[in-house]
Amino acid sequence: MAQFTLPKNSKMSEGRTWPRPANGNRTQAFRIYRWNPDDGATPRIDTYHVDRDDCGPMVLDALIWIKNKVDPTLTFRRSCREGICGSCSMNIMGENTLACTLGMDDCRAETIKIYPLPHMPVIKDLVPDLTGFFAAHSAIEPWLQTETPAPETEWQQTPQERSKLDGLYECILCACCTTSCPSYWWNGDRFLGPAALLQAYRWLIDSRDEATGERLDALHDPFRLYRCHTIMNCANACPKGLNPAKAIAEIKKMMIARQV
Amino acid sequence: MADNQADTRVDRRTPLARVKGLGAAGHGAEHWWIHRMTAVSNIPLIVAFIIIVAGLAFRPWEQAVAIVSRPLVALLLILAVISVTNHMRLGMQIIIEDYVHDKGWKIAAVIANNFYAVAIAVACLWAILKISFGRF
Repeated sequence: MAQFTLPKNSKMSEGRTWPRPANGNRTQAFRIYRWNPDDGATPRIDTYHVDRDDCGPMVLDALIWIKNKVDPTLTFRRSCREGICGSCSMNIMGENTLACTLGMDDCRAETIKIYPLPHMPVIKDLVPDLTGFFAAHSAIEPWLQTETPAPETEWQQTPQERSKLDGLYECILCACCTTSCPSYWWNGDRFLGPAALLQAYRWLIDSRDEATGERLDALHDPFRLYRCHTIMNCANACPKGLNPAKAIAEIKKMMIARQV
Repeated sequence: MADNQADTRVDRRTPLARVKGLGAAGHGAEHWWIHRMTAVSNIPLIVAFIIIVAGLAFRPWEQAVAIVSRPLVALLLILAVISVTNHMRLGMQIIIEDYVHDKGWKIAAVIANNFYAVAIAVACLWAILKISFGRF
């Protein structure tokens, strides 16, 4: 059966409360998930206090501030700090989002709670293992496929054809949507998940691609595509404002369109 | 633990091999389409079913039998049974596939679900036919 309780080695316990900043008038409290693969202990929740007058406004600024000034062992992914690389995705106040584009003030919370993306194996602290997630993306073959010999210049598209890719190409593969999806939690071994399916639709609807039929064949499966039950957590979670649920619905419509 | 998060001490397949698994089944659209079609047909048929059942309530046996024997009433009831049991069978299968992960239990549950839906359908249809044709 689906697992509804945490396995024993994932049960969390109260962790350490780190000292408050010495001269901070304005502080923000954080409760952050910690797990170290090397110490053999179960996960714990540490408490930190960030000096708001010494720190940038975003949640990622606070994490970097903690790492630099309080606890250098706190581990998380980050790179661009402007919502384009998709590295710092994590579960903040119960929602998957990017730490770099979420302001501390927008959390409207006395204590900001941060966990790694849900239901993925944890490598350390806030770093999840996204191997399966990226494998699903490569399984949909996210590149232009053609039989017609490539033209001397570029493959052409009308502005109308190009506009169909809007709302699809912007995906940064941060995994916020896929790891918020209960269908992916229960059947992540066979369901491709919203991010991979959004990208599958991005290539299905690309007027330059000549493998539309083969792409639909590869998705025609009760698990790969049809595990989506339009729960819509994906659209809710996407920090880029995209709608993977709609893209999946469009794929389902294409499946019917070629039969009826 | 889902299969794509397999323990690499006992499973050295590549991540892509795990995601691709046994390949695309080549079906699923029909299941989805019929589930949606029966959802639509359920709306008028269940409304009709409720009206008919409400009409039968508190009536004497002979009158109730006479109502069910009317061709339109019997046809609506038969259609409702076919639509609802089909929808139920497809929906239950989705739930089983979502939540039952043990391979043996899953097959057993899918078989039991099919048997159950067919048994319900046949029992209801037999009852309706017996009542309506019993008059002749």
